[in-house]
Amino acid sequence: MTTPAVTSTPVQPLLSINRVAKRFGNNIVLRDVSLEIAHGEFLSILGESGSGKTTLLRLIAGFEHPDSGSISMAGERIDALPPYKRRVNTVFQSYALFPHLTVAENVAYGLKVNKTPKAEVEPRVQQSLAMVKMNSFAKTKPSKLSDGQQQRVALARALVNRPRLLLLDEPLSALDANLRREMQFELKSLQREVGIAFVFVTHDQEEAMTMSDRVALLRLGELEQVASPREIYKSPATAYVAQFIGHSNLLRCTVSRGIALCGSIIFTTSEPDGPAVFSLRPEAIRVAGVATPSEHPRFKATVTRQVFQGATELFELDCAGITLISKIYGARVPTGEGDFEFAPAEIIPVKESR
Amino acid sequence: MFSRAYKAAVAIPPIFWVAAFLLTPYLLLFCNSFWSVQGGQVVIHNWGLQNYKNLLHVPVYAEVLLRSMKIAGGVTLLALLLGYPLAYYVAFYAKHKQLLYQLVIIPLWVSYLVRAYAWKTILGTDGVLNTLLQYLHITHGPAEFLLYSPFAVVLTLTHIYTPFAFLPIYAALEHVPRNLIEASQDLGASRVTTFWRVVFPLSIPGVIAGATFAFVLSLGDFLAPLLLGGPSGVMISNIVVTLFGAAYDWPLGAAISVCMMLLVIAILFLTERLEKKWSFT
Repeated sequence: MTTPAVTSTPVQPLLSINRVAKRFGNNIVLRDVSLEIAHGEFLSILGESGSGKTTLLRLIAGFEHPDSGSISMAGERIDALPPYKRRVNTVFQSYALFPHLTVAENVAYGLKVNKTPKAEVEPRVQQSLAMVKMNSFAKTKPSKLSDGQQQRVALARALVNRPRLLLLDEPLSALDANLRREMQFELKSLQREVGIAFVFVTHDQEEAMTMSDRVALLRLGELEQVASPREIYKSPATAYVAQFIGHSNLLRCTVSRGIALCGSIIFTTSEPDGPAVFSLRPEAIRVAGVATPSEHPRFKATVTRQVFQGATELFELDCAGITLISKIYGARVPTGEGDFEFAPAEIIPVKESR
Repeated sequence: MFSRAYKAAVAIPPIFWVAAFLLTPYLLLFCNSFWSVQGGQVVIHNWGLQNYKNLLHVPVYAEVLLRSMKIAGGVTLLALLLGYPLAYYVAFYAKHKQLLYQLVIIPLWVSYLVRAYAWKTILGTDGVLNTLLQYLHITHGPAEFLLYSPFAVVLTLTHIYTPFAFLPIYAALEHVPRNLIEASQDLGASRVTTFWRVVFPLSIPGVIAGATFAFVLSLGDFLAPLLLGGPSGVMISNIVVTLFGAAYDWPLGAAISVCMMLLVIAILFLTERLEKKWSFT
């Protein structure tokens, strides 16, 4: 369990979710989800509210059971097991600390109910609290703690059991922006330290991007894409992914014999003939000049709006009826009509989303 | 905002009500407990502790008080044993929560007297229960112990006061955050362990409140022992009723009442502190 964070899936995944579906009444929450989680991996399940991300987490934890499909841990089926028979622990969104127990008793809870030898309980509780820097609060009741402190205790309580997999259900959503950023880094380094696989549920794409080895983007109960943050940003699989992760200009083009046409933008592509969607990141659009390589597609556009954002400026471009957002760093931008360009590698064909 | 005169005007009716119907009777009761009766006819205002001494020296009062407390204790225990599982079921498992909740509440709308009489009909020598037992040849001849006994009183009071125990327990259980139960199971505790380590401790304030209701209400009850208790089921309030009525010894009755009141105040004080100790919200 001390393997460092890995990005590729080893031969035997820690957890494998195979074609899982779940519905509540007439509401289909998960359609056909397959996902593998590697040992020691930090995986984020990212999605908007109603995407089914919390349900997926609850299926792994054992609070819900799938209607079809299977969930296996290290090769053994676990989808029929109750939560208390799974080597999975959860950090709940609202922390769910036991109000009648002290911090130390909260952390010791899992050890006690699992009948850990008495001599082992105290040192492990201390060690776990030390990991989240909460030793000095051992005898405090949770109601006396701040949100951030409760968060740490919840983490210590979940990790003390040495689970194979730790589930985190939007644990940072209640924290203010600064504390949140701080906790993101702490969580990430803690995860490296303990080497336990983390499954982190969030609706915040920035949070998912900064912390994860891989991001699984869920939409309407189906996975849109599972990839590393870099890959998911650089080569989004679908129009939805391109829109959801960062911002993206979606170009709906017509391809004919290797030439894509969209408004006044023309470029070569290997996509088959017919309609196609391409993603173009705002920062990929540059002002064309003499230094622009000849293979870069150029196009004429009119600047219709300009938004100052500190280090960057956002421009709204109109090119023959198509609106593009571009993010340009400290360059001289023409007022009115001008020439713009982008590198051919930066226009990514994506699948039209359902 | 409101003028002083307006505030005073709206305060007068409730103050008058409390003074006329609560404070004055209590004061009269308190004074009475230090007076005495002359010739079984007239209450004379010679102040003294004779009534309280009387209570200590005549063993029957202590005996009846002890019996009342035993009956109240039994009722409390039974009401909790019935009320807790019911509240637990309604709070956690019931599909038709509102319906079950109402079913528990509805009997409270029926006159107490009617319900006590109903038990008389069930438990009497020619009653429903005895008839059934004889018909099934379980007993030969009516079982006498059913009616006019402490048993009948405990049974009736349990029936009447269980909803009072149920309500606060149900409220406490409804307020147990469901994610704590999930957290407990997530950490490896089975349903049973979760109940004893999380759900039950968090419902203790409700249990204390329910127990207080059941105990205090049945301790002061006089109708159930009057209708179903017989000589062996007499409770302290029956003695007070007799002293204020046929025996015409208001001062002694008042002394018992004052003692009862002090006892109940002590219980309420104690249980409130216990409830505070066990509440974490």
